[in-house]
Amino acid sequence: MIRITIDDIETQVEEGTTILNAARKIGGKIVPPALCYYSSLKGSGGKCRACLVKVEQASARDPRPMPKLVASCCTPAQDGMVVRNITSPEVLEARRGVVELLLINHPLDCPICDQAGECDLQNFAYEHGLEKTRYEFPRRTFDPIDIGPHIQLHMTRCILCYRCTLVADQLSNDRVHGILWRGEVSEISTYIQKAIDHEFSGNMIDVCPVGALTDKHFRFRNRVWFLIPMDAHRNCAKCCGKVVLWLRGKEIYRVTARKDEYGEVHEFICNECRWEHYNLNDWVVEGPRAFQPWSVINANKYHANTKELPHTLYSKLDNERWNEFEGVN
Amino acid sequence: MEGQGYLLTGRAKVLDRPRLSWAEKMYLPAIVGGLSVTIKHLFRRKATVQFPEQKRPVPISYRGLHVLKRDENGAERCTACGLCAVACPAEAITMEAGERKPGEEHLYREEKYAIKYEINMLRCIFCGLCEEACPKEAIFLEPTFAPAGFDRNDFIYGKDRLLEGSKREEIIPPLTS
Repeated sequence: MIRITIDDIETQVEEGTTILNAARKIGGKIVPPALCYYSSLKGSGGKCRACLVKVEQASARDPRPMPKLVASCCTPAQDGMVVRNITSPEVLEARRGVVELLLINHPLDCPICDQAGECDLQNFAYEHGLEKTRYEFPRRTFDPIDIGPHIQLHMTRCILCYRCTLVADQLSNDRVHGILWRGEVSEISTYIQKAIDHEFSGNMIDVCPVGALTDKHFRFRNRVWFLIPMDAHRNCAKCCGKVVLWLRGKEIYRVTARKDEYGEVHEFICNECRWEHYNLNDWVVEGPRAFQPWSVINANKYHANTKELPHTLYSKLDNERWNEFEGVN
Repeated sequence: MEGQGYLLTGRAKVLDRPRLSWAEKMYLPAIVGGLSVTIKHLFRRKATVQFPEQKRPVPISYRGLHVLKRDENGAERCTACGLCAVACPAEAITMEAGERKPGEEHLYREEKYAIKYEINMLRCIFCGLCEEACPKEAIFLEPTFAPAGFDRNDFIYGKDRLLEGSKREEIIPPLTS
């Protein structure tokens, strides 16, 4: 076990743990955002630079600071390391730059995009970015290609995190898509328009941090914040069968895998669960799914057990005391 | 001193009402007094106007009936992003989105558009939050208001009565000229 200090909070982690995972062990606001790192995919990370942190002391043996900001998702923690994330203005400044660079070629068509509301890039830009763009040049465009009947590819929205290719590599043995070309013109493609068709291909939608890969069956049908997410499961021979149903009334609008608080899926689901069971009777519904309190998915959903104001606070004369009550927001 | 009102605000006044005399219980002086007030008001200037023949002037910024705007080429600006509906405190707005087909570019500005867009005018509180939330400058509140009706369903305004250039202009004349 080694000791590492992140934003003045000390913790002990296994040797070989990355700084990002050590921060996730502490949890809360000090966890660096990540757009390309995905804990359940081997070899992910190091591409988006969203998780940059400052290392003030490399280790107990060599207390010099690291010369540049490092990507926390692929830098292993050392014993006695001192890391600064949100307490370092340099890191926040760098993140603002990262947002600006990621958004240079992003079309910003959030009002149209089906990912809006659960988009990692949207959250990241909202948290760290500027409100306006300084970019004046035309954004890159691509010839639209059809990658099959289930998945819609919007290459203009892609931030090249490579998560989807890792899913295809690690969940199936016949990957038919990858990244073509290099640098700014690189694009996700199936090369000569081949449909992506293997049993776990739908997980590419869930791992995509932006709206580049979206569900064709759900395309434009509704916004995520109008749907009610419910945990559900069914007996499936191919996968774990644990999913989230996105309901409106009794109608299933879409089925996704369960994402954790960092937007990562640990139990991937098969295409049969995702696209062939739109009948509520096929599922055992467990209950409503909880989301982070700031998520727009929680909007306009009321709980049966809302808190009543205590009688002592029910007076406009002592308004200051309202702030003491947790139920007022 | 008892009662909910006192507890809530602490401003209730306790009144001491004397018992009425025999003459007062006849209520005749009270009726005469009341009628004289009524008759006096008959000759005063009226506080009301004869709507809809007569209209009161309203400011340009008046938040009345909604309009869904078109862009400079006449295409609908709304993309059914749902931000107005999620911002609406009265939950008066519902919509259904559809995909624009090739050849419809002159009708709809973006790839996605609202097939159905409904505002329940009985629910709406005309706060203007939808206008504020709209990223496409598609919805605005204009200085008009919904005509009266006898059927509740008539107050659910669809795109036929919200869209700029629809029959909305005929049925709902603007309050400002």
